[in-house]
Amino acid sequence: MTTLNHSSLPHTNKYLFPILAIAVFAWLIAYNIIQPLADWISYTLLGLARDSRFGESLAFFLYDVPKILLLLSGMVFAISIVRTFFSPERTRAMLGGKREGIGNVFAALLGIVTPFCSCSAVPLFIGFVESGIPLGVTFSFLIAAPTINEVAVIMLFGLFGWKVAGLYIASGLVIAILAGMVIGRLKMERYVEDFVWQIKSGAGQVLDEKLTWNDRVERAWDSVKEIVGKVWLYVVIGIAVGAGIHGYVPESALVGIMGKQAWWSVPAAVLLGIPLYSNAAGIIPIVSALMEKGASLGTVLAFMMAVVGLSLPETIILRRVLKPQLIAVFIGVIAIAIIFTGYLFNIIL
Amino acid sequence: MLTIKVLGSGCANCKRVEQIVHKVVEEMTLQAEVIKVTEYPEIMKYNIMSTPGLVINEKIVSTGRIPTPAEVTAWLTSALETA
Repeated sequence: MTTLNHSSLPHTNKYLFPILAIAVFAWLIAYNIIQPLADWISYTLLGLARDSRFGESLAFFLYDVPKILLLLSGMVFAISIVRTFFSPERTRAMLGGKREGIGNVFAALLGIVTPFCSCSAVPLFIGFVESGIPLGVTFSFLIAAPTINEVAVIMLFGLFGWKVAGLYIASGLVIAILAGMVIGRLKMERYVEDFVWQIKSGAGQVLDEKLTWNDRVERAWDSVKEIVGKVWLYVVIGIAVGAGIHGYVPESALVGIMGKQAWWSVPAAVLLGIPLYSNAAGIIPIVSALMEKGASLGTVLAFMMAVVGLSLPETIILRRVLKPQLIAVFIGVIAIAIIFTGYLFNIIL
Repeated sequence: MLTIKVLGSGCANCKRVEQIVHKVVEEMTLQAEVIKVTEYPEIMKYNIMSTPGLVINEKIVSTGRIPTPAEVTAWLTSALETA
């Protein structure tokens, strides 16, 4: 409690770094024993046959659940530490005076590292446009921040590998930059609710906290508890369904409906993904199992992006500051961009 | 007499902050007025960009997260000293 007071001198608990080192070591051990442990439980302890459907599904489940939960805890912690160095206020200061184009690129990149919760989308939007940041640049931020979100990226990394996670981040960035530029060019300023332009922020001081390493670790640990606490059940259910598909659905069963040849599968995946926000954590394991059975990567990534980036709750919140026309353009531009990305990956991969 | 404002449009986190503030005020047996600020034009006067925000005697002490009761106690104590 001594370190919590803002006015107290910054100091760091001398045991902090040894404790962190031990935690990292324990994490690495745990991460490396889950595969043999899952195999041992399924095939030795329970005596299931290695090529039996149930045995395969169970080993898959027992390996993937702890793996994803460990990855989520470890990486959310690391990302949250990085995020304690950023804040929406600092991001706004960095974006001030940037032209369109370069501003969109910066906004999308900062969208990845700035702490963001869709519940704060409105004050953030007002804070940006009111300080003179162009509308299109603001949208680049508002598209990148939720789309390239830590849970989605970590789960893609855990279940599909770093290449797919990287592709997801890269295409999320490109979509955020381009969609923001398009919205900027469309000159939609008059479709922002009028009260936004009338707000004059107080010249009041901006909260600029001096954080110690103790504070950073404490906050990162809080976000691990919050995020893992929120998604773990979806992860377990999603992996259970995925494990069922893995063991029971025949190979290439989905080539016909979700493969590259089914041209309509990309727009269908996007339309289906838009209302599915809250279950992003549960959907990725299912989608990963579908891909094993013949769904194509472009279709799968488009679905993922629609689920995570075009979230219904965020859109409803943004309706407070945007008129319906601009909401429609916002959804439309992103949906089209995601559909293009899906086709592009289906063609080049 | 302290004036404490919780800034936020009524999301779950904002309610949580309000609960913590009420609890701490009760524990410290303070004379304090706790005000919920839910309208955006009013919230934006404090120049914040993430909610929930916490303001004690017109000074912003926290934004965008749920502070711990210990932190709130420390802020209220120092506000009492300067008041």
